[in-house]
Amino acid sequence: MNSLLEIRDLRVRLGEKIAIEVDHLTVDQGEILSIIGPNGAGKSSLLLAVARLLKPEQGEIHFRGRQITKSSDTQYRRHLALVLQEPLLLDTSVSNNVSLGLRFRRLSRSEIKSRTSTWLKRLDIDHLSKRSACDLSGGEAQRVSLARSFALQPDLLLLDEPFSALDSPTRLRLLEELHAILAETNTTTLFISHDLKEASQLGDRMAVILNGKISQCGTPAEVYKYPKDDEVRAFLSLPVN
Amino acid sequence: MDLIKTIFSDPEVWQITILSLKLSGLGTLFSLVIGLPLGTLLALGKFPGRPFILSMINAGMGLPPVVVGLMVALLLWRSGPLGILRLIYTPSAIVIAQTIISAPVVTGLSAAALQQLNPRLRMQLLGLGANNLQMIGWLWWEARLSLFAALMAGFGSVISEVGASMMVGGNIRYQTRVLTTAIVLETGKGQFDFAIALSVWLLLLTFMINLTLTFIQQKGARN
Repeated sequence: MNSLLEIRDLRVRLGEKIAIEVDHLTVDQGEILSIIGPNGAGKSSLLLAVARLLKPEQGEIHFRGRQITKSSDTQYRRHLALVLQEPLLLDTSVSNNVSLGLRFRRLSRSEIKSRTSTWLKRLDIDHLSKRSACDLSGGEAQRVSLARSFALQPDLLLLDEPFSALDSPTRLRLLEELHAILAETNTTTLFISHDLKEASQLGDRMAVILNGKISQCGTPAEVYKYPKDDEVRAFLSLPVN
Repeated sequence: MDLIKTIFSDPEVWQITILSLKLSGLGTLFSLVIGLPLGTLLALGKFPGRPFILSMINAGMGLPPVVVGLMVALLLWRSGPLGILRLIYTPSAIVIAQTIISAPVVTGLSAAALQQLNPRLRMQLLGLGANNLQMIGWLWWEARLSLFAALMAGFGSVISEVGASMMVGGNIRYQTRVLTTAIVLETGKGQFDFAIALSVWLLLLTFMINLTLTFIQQKGARN
């Protein structure tokens, strides 16, 4: 498989603290990489650094073999879509929210209309299209946020614990739907979670981040079967040697 | 009541009223053109000296109009550095002074309005592919109620000021006389009834303008 994303010698500092340090990480086309770790381990910093929303102290990000530089940030980001823990919808209609990124890309009106309508239906929120995004429940708002991202047909989807603020039944339902959409669209995805079950269910590979470093990266079965050290073992709640 | 009638039937009062609205409107507009981008830069930018500039702007929100009047008069005075422009005792001089009074208000309140937004909203917009201008446009949209309040405060600070208009405008009849300077003049002449009637008219006018602006603002409010 071809690697879509490659990270080399990346280091992000937040104040005095090193938030994340990655020697080398690749993500293949169509792959779903789950990134897990405890709170404050550096998962979100990695995701925001990949989106070039956090300035790294050092290191390189290569996308489709090309190094991303400051001057190409916006063009690069137009290949991505970002879903954060909070849906962060704008104070306008649901439909306007879903079409937002498409308008940033100045697509034709008919293209915007068609993609917006497709994803409103696909995420089962077409009945809410005229409603103000401020009047939605948590689950509905996160559906809008997902529709907004999938409408972009991104080459790389960045999901930062998108369901962590939702109640359990809504979360399970959305996770199932997300799984189905990702399989259907073959979207390369970085999925951050602190829920081990969720991460291993969704990810083709799983990267365990502890104390700002990737401790282990492999398929969920590999990681569970052969945890690299006691720290990983403890995080996975496996008996420590 | 008779006096109110006299005021409304006096063409000079109408001329003064229109000039007041025009000059204060222009002053507010220019302060918006300066204050909104500057407030945005101060709210979103990270550069050395930013806290110092912000504190200067905040201090400038309480800038006494007479001090502004003096500064502008010194600049525009015939022998001053900008005397060649021959702007002293003209409506343009009043607009310059009122812009200086209003700009810190609009800048400071705009910066505060944008700083109140969730900082991750900016990341989300960029993460959806917005360029900086698109991102700023949507942040302004999200903060529109507070930005509108900044505009109203800016207008309020200049429609009611007298010191600067008097000093740089000279209160010249049919040329630079505005409602506030007219009130000072009538009071000085001992024409208290007329001064009170003009004051009531100024209050009423300010109230009507703010009512209209508030109506527009609240139309854009979340349900």
